[in-house]
Amino acid sequence: MEYLIRFSQSHETFRVAEIQALAIVAGFNMEIIHYDAESPFCVVRLPSEEAARTLIKRSIIAQSIHEHWGTGGTFDELHAEVKKKTSELWPKYKTASFKISLDNYQGTRPNKQRVALFNSFSYLPFSGEIKMKDPDEEFTIFEQWDFKAVERNLPAPLKVHFGRYIAPSGRDLCLKFDLKKRGYISTTSMDSELALITANIALAAPGKLFYDPFVGTGSFPIACAQWGALAFGSDIDGRSIRGEGKKKSLKGNFEQYGLQQMLGDMFVCDLTNSPVRRRRILDGILCDPPYGVREGLKVLGCRDPEKEPWVVEKGKLIYKEPDFIPPKKPYSFLAMLDDILQFATDTLVDNGRLSFWMPTANDEQQEMGVPTHPCMENVVVCTQVFNKWTRRLITYRRLPDSEVDSEALAQKRSHVPTNGVTADELNPFRRHYFNGFRAQAAVDSAIEAAPK
Amino acid sequence: MKILSLNFLTCAVKACKSSSASYPLHPKDAELVQDDIELNPQLLVNLMPRIDWSALSTTATELGFPALPAQPPTPEELEADEQKLKDLHNLLMQTQIMEGKLVCGNCGHEYAVREGIANFLLPSHLV
Repeated sequence: MEYLIRFSQSHETFRVAEIQALAIVAGFNMEIIHYDAESPFCVVRLPSEEAARTLIKRSIIAQSIHEHWGTGGTFDELHAEVKKKTSELWPKYKTASFKISLDNYQGTRPNKQRVALFNSFSYLPFSGEIKMKDPDEEFTIFEQWDFKAVERNLPAPLKVHFGRYIAPSGRDLCLKFDLKKRGYISTTSMDSELALITANIALAAPGKLFYDPFVGTGSFPIACAQWGALAFGSDIDGRSIRGEGKKKSLKGNFEQYGLQQMLGDMFVCDLTNSPVRRRRILDGILCDPPYGVREGLKVLGCRDPEKEPWVVEKGKLIYKEPDFIPPKKPYSFLAMLDDILQFATDTLVDNGRLSFWMPTANDEQQEMGVPTHPCMENVVVCTQVFNKWTRRLITYRRLPDSEVDSEALAQKRSHVPTNGVTADELNPFRRHYFNGFRAQAAVDSAIEAAPK
Repeated sequence: MKILSLNFLTCAVKACKSSSASYPLHPKDAELVQDDIELNPQLLVNLMPRIDWSALSTTATELGFPALPAQPPTPEELEADEQKLKDLHNLLMQTQIMEGKLVCGNCGHEYAVREGIANFLLPSHLV
């Protein structure tokens, strides 16, 4: 049977990625029959109505799912298809109470036209009561209008669909997990909608182990726990995990949502010197690594041991004291992404997913490519566009060893890491960001022109 | 820190990674608490192939738990035997080290655990 998914009007590039991931989690085949990025309506084939309910229940980006009764460029075409395709379904709803509603995308209809549209379906032999509140069945006319249809006074929509309502999505969870209502957050906490979507795309599900190496206040582990996975996390800054204690801590957040049962463990560590055993134990890794803009990108180590040997020497003397704070140094963002890919290669089970967020400039000259690793296959890239920069959610699948290109892997191992000492040298995105994404030549001339 | 996590962690010092003595980390002066967590058979069955059984046996003995059988239970055995599930659940999921230290058997470095959160940060000369 065909089903129509009504998407919400946000994060368009995440739509198909999320729905496809949910079909994988639920373990059934889903074929996309029709979808284009310009419209929030997507027609898919699913094995059953039960499957449709399962799929949509966890979707954040969708609003609802409907049994697809027909699509047409005009209402005449739509009526012809509805009559042809669904007449054997009609007797099922003969005596049920029902209502018909209208869902306009980028358009509107005056009341008179609405009634006329509803009445054009009078060939449906439904004799049940028409109830506006809690009907047994709800039928919806979906109209997809061209851009600015109202201003341009367009006479008719581009496309129309008709469907029987089946179930709502899990979109209400965005409100439940809203950062404004969360007890403990920080400046870089991921908003609830994107965190839940990320966890969906990474295939979080009951019985699985998930890990976030840059946990902060725990937005991702909370999303994973909501989908039933056991959530682990770590951060180089233990203060972000502990918070002020009680309600104002990462654990407090889990308790706020009643998810403490799914809280694995949180610990303090640095990804470049990680205590996590290099064994294939994790089902998924998801993270929003520090870009070096709002949140500094630092790892353990002394910035310049030759210039500042006393830093190392002091550490040797007092590192066993309980209040010792190990020195940290700036690190390259691209090297960190490489480290994440290597870590994922070593710790993910076959087909386990890695999803991370990565910023890039919109200017083509300054754009950063999607990092690669021979053991990790890029599944999908979703984008969230800001003014001059974009952040991308990049998702990989851990290839089973039998599918890995061994030559590429050998080459990867001989790769030399980037050099540099200061944050700007190490991190091109940070440099471009603080230069306002101007071209390098313009930045240089501005520095020269500045009064000395 | 759960006993489960201890099974997934080793010494953070790079030079120790190749040594078998660095795993598992040995709890020292550990204060244990029992959390109340609902039994999740699906999770335990999924976990079994990822658990290093001999390391878990070592940890259990060091913490004063009764000795574990020599061989890990198979998924079928686990699903059939509720007592086995409960014992394992109690050890892996419900037992937490709240305060104490984790010691590497190779380099002797001690990682502190405070309020259930272990600290694996290293001073510059060990990085």
